[in-house]
This record gives sequence, C-alpha cells and structure tokens, in this order.
Amino acid sequence: MSEESAVSEAMSTGEAESQLVIDIRGATKVFNPGRSNQVEALAEIDLAVEPGEFITLIGPSGCGKSTLLRLIASLIPPSSGSVQVNAKPAEQARLDRDYGMAFQTAGLFDWRSVTKNIELPLELMGWSKGDRRRRAAEMLELVKLSEFAKHHPSELSGGMQQRVAIARALAFSPSLLLMDEPFGALDEMTREHMQDELLRIWKETETTVVFVTHSIPEAVYLSTRVVVMSPRPGTIASTISVDLGDRSAATRDDPAFFKKVTEVRIALREVEG
Amino acid sequence: MNTLKGFSAPIVTGVVLFGLWEGVLTLLNPQGFVLPAPSEIVGALIDNWDEVYQGARITGFVVGSGLIAGIILGILAALLVTRFRTANETITPLAVAVNAIPIIALAPIFNNWFGLTSPRSNQAIVVALVFFPIFINTTRGLTQVDRSQIELMESYAASRSRITREVRIPNAMPFFFTALKLATSLAVIAAIVAEYFGGRQDALGPMITQSAGLTRYDEAWAAVLAGTAIGAVLYFAVIVLERVAMPWHSLIRAQEGET
Ligand SMILES: Nc1ncnc2c1ncn2[C@@H]1O[C@H](COP(=O)(O)OP(=O)(O)OP(=O)(O)O)[C@@H](O)[C@H]1O
Ligand SMILES: [Mg+2]
Repeated sequence: MSEESAVSEAMSTGEAESQLVIDIRGATKVFNPGRSNQVEALAEIDLAVEPGEFITLIGPSGCGKSTLLRLIASLIPPSSGSVQVNAKPAEQARLDRDYGMAFQTAGLFDWRSVTKNIELPLELMGWSKGDRRRRAAEMLELVKLSEFAKHHPSELSGGMQQRVAIARALAFSPSLLLMDEPFGALDEMTREHMQDELLRIWKETETTVVFVTHSIPEAVYLSTRVVVMSPRPGTIASTISVDLGDRSAATRDDPAFFKKVTEVRIALREVEG
Repeated sequence: MNTLKGFSAPIVTGVVLFGLWEGVLTLLNPQGFVLPAPSEIVGALIDNWDEVYQGARITGFVVGSGLIAGIILGILAALLVTRFRTANETITPLAVAVNAIPIIALAPIFNNWFGLTSPRSNQAIVVALVFFPIFINTTRGLTQVDRSQIELMESYAASRSRITREVRIPNAMPFFFTALKLATSLAVIAAIVAEYFGGRQDALGPMITQSAGLTRYDEAWAAVLAGTAIGAVLYFAVIVLERVAMPWHSLIRAQEGET
C-alpha cells in the first residue's frame, strides 16, 4: 500500500479516541423538493459513530434507512446539515475510498464472472492481477462459493448472488463497511453463518460497520448499538446499547440476548404506534 | 454448437417450403408465368450469373458501407448524447420523432441531392435508416442502467469514463444488437428500393425493375434471391458477432428457456 495510507493510519491510531468515524449533524433529506412527488425522507438526523462500533439501523419499511446509508456514502447529498466521515466531508471520504458498500440488491455485473465481480474494486484500486486473483479466491472461500468462481451471476441463486456482493464489499478490507440488508435473501443457516463470519472479520480487521436490517434478533446479535428509526420522515427514535460480550452459538439462547430483543421490539412498536 | 443448432431449423423449414413451392407450381402453373418455380429461378441465376453477381456486389457495397457508417455514427451520437444529460433529454425524443419519417420515401429527393446515377444517394438512405434505430436503442442501453450498479461504481470513486466502460457499454450491448438485427434487414430492403429510383444502373434494384418490365420474372427473382443472400449473410454475421461480443448473454437466454 502507498505512503499516503501509512500516514493516515498513523494519524488514526494517534487520534483514535477523539476521531469519530461518522459524524452526522442535523442532516435532512428531501427528494424532488418543490415538485408534486416531493418526499421528505429524513428529518434532523444526528448520529456519531466511534471507531470499531457495529451499528445497526432498524425501522419500518420506507423510513429512510437506505437513504441514511447513501448520505453516509455520499452517493446523495443531504438537503441540509452535514455528514462527516473520518473527520472529512463524506464526499472526500468517498473519493478516498474509505468505505466498502453492499447494497440491498446484489448489483452484480452479469457480464463479469463471479471472480471478476469480486475483483472489480481491486481493479479500480490498481491491484496487480496476481493479488486480485488471490484475494478473490480468499473471499470466495469465505462466502463458500469457491466452486462457482467462473460462473456468471445469472447462473446463481439470489442468496448466492448476495454472498458474492458481500465478498466484493469486503474484498479490499475497507475501514468502514456500509451494508444495506445484506443477509435479507439468505436462508436461516447461511444467514447465521454469515453473521458469525462478519463478526469475525469485524473483530479481526477492527472495522466500523453500519448495517441495515429488518430482523430484530439479527440487530441484537450483531451490534454494539441498535439505532431505531421512526417512520417517514425518518428520525432516530432511540438508541439501544447492546453489551453481550463475545458472540457465540450460546449467545442466541442467552436470556440477556432475549431481553435485548424484547427491548428493541418495544422501541419499534412505539415508533410504529 | 449453439449457433449451428439455431440455424438448422430455418434451413430445414426453407428446404421444405421451396419443395412445396416447386411442387405446387408444377401442378398448377406449368407456364411459370407470374411466379416462376425455384428451379427456373436457379436456372436464370446460372444463365445470368455475371450480371447478378455484379449487381449483388454493387448493392452489397451500398448496404455494407451504409451499415458500417450508420452504426459508427449511431454509436458515436449515443455516446455523445449520454455524456450530457440535457443533450439526451432534448435530442433523443427528437430522434425518435425523426425516426418515424419513412426514410425510404425520401429516395427520389436524395437522388436530386447526390445525382441520379450516383450510388451516394442510396448509401445515404441506408445510413439514415440504420442510424436512427442504432442511436435510439444504444442511447437507451447506455442510460437505462441499474441504479445500484452506478452507485456501486461511484462508491469506488470510479471516473465517469470508467463507469461508461464498465457498466454503461456492457449494459447497452443487448439493446445495440437488437437494433442491429432490425437494421440489417431494413438496410437491404432500403438499398434495393432506393435503387429503383436511381444510383448505378447495374445494381440489383434496376435489374429487378428492368427484368420485371420485360416480363422476365425468372431473372427478376434471381436478383431478389441475390438480395436475400446479402441479407442472410449479414444477419448471420450479426448473430455470430453478438455471441462473440456478449458470451454472458446467451447464458441468460438459455436460462430463460429461449434458443
Ligand atoms: N431516489 C429517490 N427519489 C425519490 N424518493 C426516494 C428516493 N429514494 C428513496 N426515496 C423515498 O424515501 C423514502 C425512504 O426510502 P428508503 O429507501 O431510504 O427506505 P428504507 O428505510 O430503506 O426502506 P426499506 O426498509 O423498505 O428498504 C421512501 O419514501 C422512498 O420512497
Ligand atoms: Mg432500504
């Protein structure tokens, strides 16, 4: 890797406590303002995320979770307020490739093989061919799709496609991962396996994760903090810290886990009214 | 393999049809007047081979050069127009409107512009006829891209030209080939009909009008057969090109149960 990233690494370790990974202040989003199809998607969002946190966003459909993720990713600008990522404007963070993203739909390229899809971000970052091949093979191993390396996405099931998309998002080990319902299309067993893998990667690489889900148990199992959003226009209704220690199969049967699940469920019921 | 399989059915159908044609005519129309039997057409083709071959070369050149120019112009215009959003929003609807003009009807006017015996006017007809469907369809393919695919590329801070190369162009390929298949058959029709009104007198078009005028229908049909051959060769070339350019696409079609 380059000099530049070595410097920014030194900086981030030096200021680890003070520097927020995400700092959103008074952000709002109105789509098509002033037109008949105007939608007020987000109202006054304040959110601060510390390095190493695992945040899940949960809320009723259409409350603006994907929109909030797009604001953080600087794929759309806020209508007002500010969004900072790694202490710089979100736009700059995007240009610096500070984050990896997995979308609600897999968004794979039919014209590229599975391997080539995973290699895409690495190609854009100028990795050598050998390095790309090696990393793509590792990632395929991780999502258990090694034997489909040469297949095209149209030959894979929806869940398998989503796993390729996850592998692609993780391929370049970004320090911030933005994931929009990435496990939605997976069966229960694969889903639990992917959750454990994601937690392992999160811990090993000390990344920060913002994760959208509709599943309350998933939110509780994964996160350090669950952010509950209210219906449109989306606001942050409440934030629930989760402190369950290291997760394992036993966590899913832990009474403390169920207590948290109930807590989130009550918070969600309140916002849905 | 697949390509061969795709062509065997039409060939068999063609053989059966020609057999029926020949059989029915020998039974009902022994003079071979208005509609000659296939054997007579083939006979006329052999007897007039030099003229027909020369005509096919001239018409084939008009079709081929017009196609290539129309394709290149259409693609360039599509790339240019999608580069600038406002250009796309103003020019593309205009092109759709212009495309509704029956361009072949302009053949006599084009003859005035380019000179009655110049093949340029026929070429221009083909170019115009090919240009619009290629331009309109390719523009659609370049713009109708899955939003999350564009966002994904933006999340990697990919440049505009990179997004065009990696996402827009592959996405436009099926649109382009759909238009191209339509354009090749139209191009042959357009070239021959345009030749009815002017251009070189030894091309296929004049050969058909002159033979028909002299009630030498077998010769007229021989010239039509040559035109059909040009169209078939081009269509086959396009199909092969499509499979080579989009190997992933045949996978998708195979999955959807299409052949
Ligand atoms: N590009 C857009 N243009 C106009 N309106 C939009 C756009 N994107 C989102 N919206 C609107 O903003 C609101 C929030 O959408 P968003 O996709 O963020 O919801 P969500 O919480 O992710 O929902 P889900 O859980 O169903 O994925 C919706 O009412 C949606 O119609
Ligand atoms: Mg969403």
